[in-house]
Amino acid sequence: MSSAQQVVKRAKYKTTVKDPGTPGVLKLTREKFVFKPNDPTSKNKLEADFRLIKNHKHTKEGSNKPPWLNLAHSQGSYIFEFESFSDLHISRELVGSALSKHVEPSKVVSDEQLSASEMTLRIKLLQEDSKLQKLHKELVASGKLTESEFWATKKKLLDQDESRKLKQRIGFKNSLIFDTKPTSDGRINQVKFQLTPEIKYQIFTLKPAVHQAFRSFVPSKMSEVDFWNKYFRAEYLHSTKNAIAAAAEAAEDEDLAVFLKDDEILENEARKKIRLVDPTLDMEADQGDDYTHLPDHGIFRDGSKETSEAQNTLYRRTLLQDLNRQSEVVLEGKTLDTDMEHPKTVAEVLARRNQRFDGVIEEERRIRISKMTPIDDLQAQDDHAFAPLCIKDPRDYFDFQQANAVKPLDNSPAAKLKTRSNLGYEEAYGSLRESISNIKTMGLRDPLLSPDVAFKVLTGLTKNISSTKSNLGKSSQESVLDILPSATKEKLLDNWVCSQELLKHFWSSYPVTTQSLANKARRLKDAISQIYAKLEEIKVSSQSDLRHQVSLVVHPMQQALDAALLHYEADLGKRNAKGSKPNGYV
Amino acid sequence: MSPAPSKNYTDDVSLLVVTLDTNPFFWSDFPSHFSDFLSQVLAFLNSILLLGQLNQVVVIATGCNSCSYVYDSSSNKNHASTNGTMPALYSNLLHNLDEFIAKDKQLTTAHEPGNVPSSLLSGSLSKALCYIQRAFRSGPMHPQPRILCLQGSPDGPEQYVAIMNAIFSAQRSSVPVDSCYIASSNSSNSAFLQQASYITGGIYYKPPQLDGLFQYLSAVFATDLHSRAFLRLPKSLGVDFRASCFCHKKTIDTGYVCSVCLSIFCEHHDKCSTCSSVFGQAQSVAASTDNRKRKAE
Repeated sequence: MSSAQQVVKRAKYKTTVKDPGTPGVLKLTREKFVFKPNDPTSKNKLEADFRLIKNHKHTKEGSNKPPWLNLAHSQGSYIFEFESFSDLHISRELVGSALSKHVEPSKVVSDEQLSASEMTLRIKLLQEDSKLQKLHKELVASGKLTESEFWATKKKLLDQDESRKLKQRIGFKNSLIFDTKPTSDGRINQVKFQLTPEIKYQIFTLKPAVHQAFRSFVPSKMSEVDFWNKYFRAEYLHSTKNAIAAAAEAAEDEDLAVFLKDDEILENEARKKIRLVDPTLDMEADQGDDYTHLPDHGIFRDGSKETSEAQNTLYRRTLLQDLNRQSEVVLEGKTLDTDMEHPKTVAEVLARRNQRFDGVIEEERRIRISKMTPIDDLQAQDDHAFAPLCIKDPRDYFDFQQANAVKPLDNSPAAKLKTRSNLGYEEAYGSLRESISNIKTMGLRDPLLSPDVAFKVLTGLTKNISSTKSNLGKSSQESVLDILPSATKEKLLDNWVCSQELLKHFWSSYPVTTQSLANKARRLKDAISQIYAKLEEIKVSSQSDLRHQVSLVVHPMQQALDAALLHYEADLGKRNAKGSKPNGYV
Repeated sequence: MSPAPSKNYTDDVSLLVVTLDTNPFFWSDFPSHFSDFLSQVLAFLNSILLLGQLNQVVVIATGCNSCSYVYDSSSNKNHASTNGTMPALYSNLLHNLDEFIAKDKQLTTAHEPGNVPSSLLSGSLSKALCYIQRAFRSGPMHPQPRILCLQGSPDGPEQYVAIMNAIFSAQRSSVPVDSCYIASSNSSNSAFLQQASYITGGIYYKPPQLDGLFQYLSAVFATDLHSRAFLRLPKSLGVDFRASCFCHKKTIDTGYVCSVCLSIFCEHHDKCSTCSSVFGQAQSVAASTDNRKRKAE
């Protein structure tokens, strides 16, 4: 049978199909197979591990081929010719089970294949947190959970650490592209500009007009090369600081004029920004105080103070403008995620981004204005502040409810009332109204309360208040857990953490849809029943005067475990009861 | 209510909204008489008004079919039927209460004899909060509001959601809910009122000696919010934080919680009844029925 640990058969070993074969004895075990030729001098001795075998093939009974078993390994295959097909079948079964056995564990290993960094991270986390380490030892080392299962619920911890080493993002380059200085070799009348995709991108973001021109001109009106030629011609004209020449060139070539004129889009934006300024601030009125717009106070590009005719100022740019624009873009600090090889796509992406912006700004302005000019009559009263909804701190919560642990909760207020309610509603309402008319006619009870009742109430209240004060101090000594000796307390807490972890895993493995989940649930059920037994042991072994308290603490833990065990049994029963297993269930 | 901006409200002026349990089935079974209880409460209300000229008292009756305002000390209609034998407060309140009970009785539908209807605490809490919200909006200076629940009948778990909503809205408006739970047996407590007082920072107290109710009321619940900071008032131990399930309105210890909307259920459901989220197992069940259908074809 296939369960046999070892099969020994007479067979011929062939290196190839054509090979006549060496007769001998083939011995198969679950780990390896050994072939011993009958002729001891033959070199065709063979001993191989099943681990090296990739797969196995065999010839079919009834085909005209002899009973061959073909075991393929990485370099070739071993072929054995058996004496009969029954021999072949027996060997094949063993080979099959041996191979599947070797395949399975390798799969599990690959499941848990971790990068070294992940591994060190886990080790670090364990070292930092002794409680986690304890839990890990308890659950993983004892085989109750696998390593990956354990960490699956601790993803948050792993991620947290991951986020700590977030990479720094690359911002916008801070170099002034306005200063892409032409290089000239000095011999011929020619200047060269350097242009990289990155510089193109910088140009697009810094000069929206160029960006727009690029989108409208290329490739419909001119090629990309022509476009950049024009652009740099304009740049060159700027760099010569000859405003008159620039104006002349612009008059000749309207495409060139686009680059030479001040950026209209930028101006629009500047106007928009001015509108963002506090509406109560009058910029125009303040302009009288400002002297920089007067001639000779503007600092022109590269510090030159050239003054020329007013009509040519259009073609002049100041260093201040350039610097402002540059710093603005740098502060916006946006980089494109797309690759910068194709200026066309870069231009598209930029255009889309800018569109999104405009609507938002208008909205903001409106909100700002409405905030700046409040009309008192129309304002809603917001003098009543709302307290935030709060969940109080857990310690407080525990203090307030822990008295319930000591006394049984009364579970059935309704049931209690059932026994008493024997009056019909007519009588009930009748007696109520009678009481009211009683007071109406008789007045209040006189005296309202007798002196000895008053005294009783006073002493009762005093006692109550002083006792709750001592019971509910901030000292943690008062919780049930703290009455217990520290060893018991530690043990209880450990078991508590452990059972919580197990329960978390247990419930997360439902619904059971795969065999591995079923295995996990079974494994966890066993672990849970172990913990259950441990808790029982603690309960029994505690000192008699503390036994009550211990059982009070243990009770809810056992309840939770009970629920899990019950669910396991019920689920198992349900799954077994189903004759035909529906899809997805194991 | 007439807003009076000229009044100089200081921090110790109270607006006390009292909810009065008038569940006839509770009172008819209760060992001490409703008239005894009422006379102690009336004396207490009077003493609140006497504590400060600007103090305001509103009483809401909590029946088992309806609830209604039965007294408002700031109302103008109060001086109608004073016959000299009794302060206006008493006669007005008693008159309205009598009317209310008569109305409540008409609303009664037949119920099984074993099943006692609980009082509509959620309704009267909401009414109290509405009144308080109006006070908040009456002007920049308003009295300090608080709610006092005089409750005797057991909790109606079916009101759980409504009551919790009222509690949280009281907490959000910083209105403390004091509760005085009147019950003959020592062990029973009202989980709703315990939670209400715990969450809103009010006082929960269950007087052990009912014939001294007036003294408890005046000693524990009469102090205004400002003075409470200087007093040591009884603290409740053993707040019952258990919730009611949304499906059968049962009070439960452990249950299922919808992972999407946090609704509580006592048993497993395929779908959340509150937010209609489909829970995990339901999908595979659906798949299995699909599968069976396919097999049948």
